[in-house]
Amino acid sequence: MTTVNWDNELLGGQVVERGESLGRRLVRSPRMIVGLTVTGFVVLLAFAGPLVAPHNPNALLGRPYQPPGQFALGTDYLGRDVLSRVLNGGRTVVWMATAAATLGMVSGVGVGLMAGYLRSRLDTWLMRAMEVLQAFPIIILVLLVISMVGTRPWLVVVVVAIGWTPQVARVTRGITLEVVERDFVRIQEVLGAPTRRILVREILPNLASPLLVEFALRVTWSVAVVAALSFIGFGIQPPTADWGLMINENRSAIAIQPWAILAPILCIGLLTVGVTLIAEALALELAGTKRRTVER
Amino acid sequence: MADESGLSTAIVADHGARMREGRPGVGPMWIVKRLGFGLVILWFVATLVFIATQLLPGDAARAVVGRGSPTELAAIRRELGLDHSLIEQYGHWLRNLVEGNLGVSLATRDPVGTIIGPALRNSLILLGLAAGIALPLGVVLGFRAAARHNKILDHSLMGISLVFTALPEFVVGLALVMVFSTNVFALLPAVTNPTGDPLAQPAQLVLPVSTLVLASMPYIFRLARASMIEVLASDYIAMARLKGLGERRVMWHHAARNALVPPIQASAIILVYLLSGVVVVEYVFSYPGLGSALLTSVSARDVPTIQAIVIVFAAGIVLFNLAADALTILVTPRLRTAQA
Repeated sequence: MTTVNWDNELLGGQVVERGESLGRRLVRSPRMIVGLTVTGFVVLLAFAGPLVAPHNPNALLGRPYQPPGQFALGTDYLGRDVLSRVLNGGRTVVWMATAAATLGMVSGVGVGLMAGYLRSRLDTWLMRAMEVLQAFPIIILVLLVISMVGTRPWLVVVVVAIGWTPQVARVTRGITLEVVERDFVRIQEVLGAPTRRILVREILPNLASPLLVEFALRVTWSVAVVAALSFIGFGIQPPTADWGLMINENRSAIAIQPWAILAPILCIGLLTVGVTLIAEALALELAGTKRRTVER
Repeated sequence: MADESGLSTAIVADHGARMREGRPGVGPMWIVKRLGFGLVILWFVATLVFIATQLLPGDAARAVVGRGSPTELAAIRRELGLDHSLIEQYGHWLRNLVEGNLGVSLATRDPVGTIIGPALRNSLILLGLAAGIALPLGVVLGFRAAARHNKILDHSLMGISLVFTALPEFVVGLALVMVFSTNVFALLPAVTNPTGDPLAQPAQLVLPVSTLVLASMPYIFRLARASMIEVLASDYIAMARLKGLGERRVMWHHAARNALVPPIQASAIILVYLLSGVVVVEYVFSYPGLGSALLTSVSARDVPTIQAIVIVFAAGIVLFNLAADALTILVTPRLRTAQA
């Protein structure tokens, strides 16, 4: 097979060879490289941070709002070490956002597959139910439940996941409707394959790449929601070290000891930008693959 | 188009999927149907909100007054209608809602309507200004970037827009505060006077509006850019160029008309997006809007106020979604002329 040079403007004019594996092309995409590096750095910081933190994140060590000097990033409103709190404050955001995105994907894909493949009456009812759910902005949904039950991390995870369900379901259903019409699904149906088998073995693999993009996006947005909830005081509660909460706690000293809020802001910002870069690299590669298939 | 816009398709694809679900026709019947459906959704929303309120562990009255005397508790219970059966309470609450009687705030003892009214107005000012700036500016920048496709301007705008799509609103807001009102320059006020009329102090609006603009514009920008790139590649544009028309005229007179369709369709979706962004942004700038009112009432466990504000938000979303559907039909000839 001769290799054709493929001038792909989507990848910034970079030459892509036909027949190259998806993985290889992705690794070459500058967005993917930067995205993976940045995300990897922040996740490492979040999980390995507690091991290297110089102090106990809750120990009162100095005067409130000491500027950097004795402590690398200064102290917070209670005189705790900001660096240690930053190193300890990432785990909560990372696990909650990942868990919420994963749960939301699982339930959304489930609903979307059922609605898109089984169609019939169930489809209408499921999608109507989704429309009701979509009338609540996520953050409002979470606030509503929290105001009644109280703030608990797992509750935030579950409610955010419920909030993502309609949107994921809609995307899944849309792609499913297209895949269902293809011959390989029809053949399995004619052969009498059980529905579950068709759903899992034939349809789901075809959804994998678009759903991967969807998942990356949901992680970004989950980070934003989870961090915002802690920031407005309805997520992680004191005295736990948490990036969103830290920003809120030290907000009044924004002009005196900016490091206490700048450090967690940078961490949250890097995390969301990193994951978005990964999502965009995936989305562009996917669009590129689709176009190449069409043009071939 | 999907090729060029990358992520921004996600937000519109969702809407597109919804439009394909039904078979939208035109005319008054369609609008009546959609409006009716919107009302049904709101009814479900109200029911869900009612059920959520029932989740309150233990006695709602006790949660409200804390440790009050038995007579106080009984009074609150009567006021909340807790001495009736659940079904009766539900019917009562629905009837009041339809009549526009939102109840009395448990925290301030004011009618909920008087709390929500000014807050809603303030939030709408914020929302209107942000959308009024973000939509046209996003379209113009998107078209510019498309005209310089793959040049430096295009690449840098795409990069910037990606960063702002990713960053949470409160991060953008606080960054603006650090740059413009505290650490770098001290130009603009970082907080809003909670009692005054925001329109009377325009300087206080600058940062909250900018935050919302920066958070929402990237979507419109990317969509407008992708759509313009696609239109500029089409045959009729080549024809216009061959006629010897200037590039500026080709773009703004010939291409813009078609390239505007996707951004117009997405504009209502952007409003939905702004509506959820408003809660956190108002908190950052202590702006006296609906979002701040919600957070205050959640802290105070002021159940009637929480219920009312959540329903106002839901109504806004249902309305904007309806507008999005209507706009999509209006700008798509194929849908506009379809039989209902």
